[in-house]
Amino acid sequence: MNAAPAITTAQLSGRSQADETAPVRIAVKNLNFYYGTFHGLKSINLDFRDRQVTALIGPSGCGKSTLLRTFNRIYSLYPEQRAEGEILLDGRNILDQKVDLNDLRARVGMVFQKPTPFPMSIYDNVAFGLRLYEKLPKAELDLRVEESLRKAALWDEVKDKLKQSGMGLSGGQQQRLCIARTVAQRPEVILFDEPTSALDPISTGRIEELIEQLRNEFTIAIVTHNMQQAARISQFTAFMYLGELVEFGPTNRIFMNPEKRQTQDYITGRFG
Amino acid sequence: MTALTEQIALARTESRLRKGPSPGLDALFRGAAFGSALLVLLVLVGILISVFYGGWPAFREFGFGFLTSSAWNIGTEQYGALVAIIGTLASALLALMIGVPLSLGIAVYLTQLCPGWARKPVGMTIELLASVPSIIYGMWGLFIFAPLFARFVQVPVSNLVEGLPIVGTLLYARVPSGVGILTAGIILAIMIVPFVASITRDMLDQIPTMLRESAYGIGCTTWEVVRHVLVPQASVSIIGAIMLGLGRALGETMAVTFVIGNANRLSSSIFDPGSTIASRIANEFNEADGMQLNALMALGCILFLITFVVLIIARLLVRRVKVA
Repeated sequence: MNAAPAITTAQLSGRSQADETAPVRIAVKNLNFYYGTFHGLKSINLDFRDRQVTALIGPSGCGKSTLLRTFNRIYSLYPEQRAEGEILLDGRNILDQKVDLNDLRARVGMVFQKPTPFPMSIYDNVAFGLRLYEKLPKAELDLRVEESLRKAALWDEVKDKLKQSGMGLSGGQQQRLCIARTVAQRPEVILFDEPTSALDPISTGRIEELIEQLRNEFTIAIVTHNMQQAARISQFTAFMYLGELVEFGPTNRIFMNPEKRQTQDYITGRFG
Repeated sequence: MTALTEQIALARTESRLRKGPSPGLDALFRGAAFGSALLVLLVLVGILISVFYGGWPAFREFGFGFLTSSAWNIGTEQYGALVAIIGTLASALLALMIGVPLSLGIAVYLTQLCPGWARKPVGMTIELLASVPSIIYGMWGLFIFAPLFARFVQVPVSNLVEGLPIVGTLLYARVPSGVGILTAGIILAIMIVPFVASITRDMLDQIPTMLRESAYGIGCTTWEVVRHVLVPQASVSIIGAIMLGLGRALGETMAVTFVIGNANRLSSSIFDPGSTIASRIANEFNEADGMQLNALMALGCILFLITFVVLIIARLLVRRVKVA
């Protein structure tokens, strides 16, 4: 038993406070999720607010990634997985079978646990998603690519080698390239599924700074195993356990003054 | 603490259950492994030398003309390799043109579109195709496929294109017998599909789920995911698989001998009979002697060379794709 990872007031005060009056961007209503017969999510109710970072924390297998993966319906690649209930994105239920999945995924971007650059040049990695949806003239495309790479804090490092393969970048750069690719589509929501779990501490720090900046434009949901990370970058935190949402609220309150015993135990490192 | 380390040290010195490496056995093993590797090289070089030695009289007699002459006259002892070389390359190329898209389609279907329960049986069926002996393909090709091909493809197509420029010669069957270069290409395509398809399938399967999901995650359709992400990601191995298929198509003997028609005539139509190097050798080896035997050996040499060049090109392609 090591010392409990204490989240200090200093850590929490470094970031902007939760805005509980921000409009709700994603409203999860009575969501149940099944992997075949396994009941992965149990009656989840949760709101994600506009231009706030909401962190999903909890021990492995608690369903936090599962929840994230319902917001762009990436789970529907696997026929045995299904979701019931409602997820309202700007008031429209995205679980409706009539929803155009490709359109949904352009509006709700996702960044994965490991960097996943496509086998093409750095430029094309970013332009690829744009070309799917918009027919832009070359000059404008160039601008959008540059803008996206700047937003992902990668432009200065790659501006002289845009034609080189994206696979040649370092892990942290690759992950920022993936963020640029996501940002390029101008989504409304960006989902981060443990985006720093494969990165070294310095790259992790850069990604965290980046998320803090991206919050000015996008609604962000992030799954993380790292409670300090949740404390550092999120405005709201949801603690999940065994497929249920145990507690949800402003990050300050969850970490400083949790209402539930389980939450208290988890954030002080007593289990998980 | 010290007590423990002392104990460990003691245990180390006392327990001699595990003996050190024995120098003699080590050397023996190293020698055996080296010998096995060397044997392969020796056999290869031996075959190469003996085939070249056998073919040398033909090369000496006809010189460079052996490559450019289309003669194959046993009576006058005039031999040339052109018809067989072109037949070999043309039938293999046709096999690739037909077989590769088919294989890619199969691999993509199996890995991306096929419902889970059907994946195993369909995949096994494809692999079973690889275990069919080539003589069966030849027999089936000659007795069943060729007549149908003549009736339903060669005759109608020939009638359709007759008199037209280019296609009128390329797709015109003077004698619609069903056998010919294209028939050989089709049979070869069926034979290489299981190899190319199963290697490609395995490679597509090895692509991390996350890469596939992130392509879907930016809103790609299945086609876009396959076309722009999965296939380029696996391109090195796919080229390797195609080259393996090409190697098989170039050297395949039995099936081709059955269906290519074995004519020594240079024809511009892919419906017309022809020969490949392998089929020519298989057909004539039994009764050949003298210069004919030397010419066949020389043909063998050329086939060796062609497959070797294909292998080198494959290596270069793979390297270039890796660098890019």
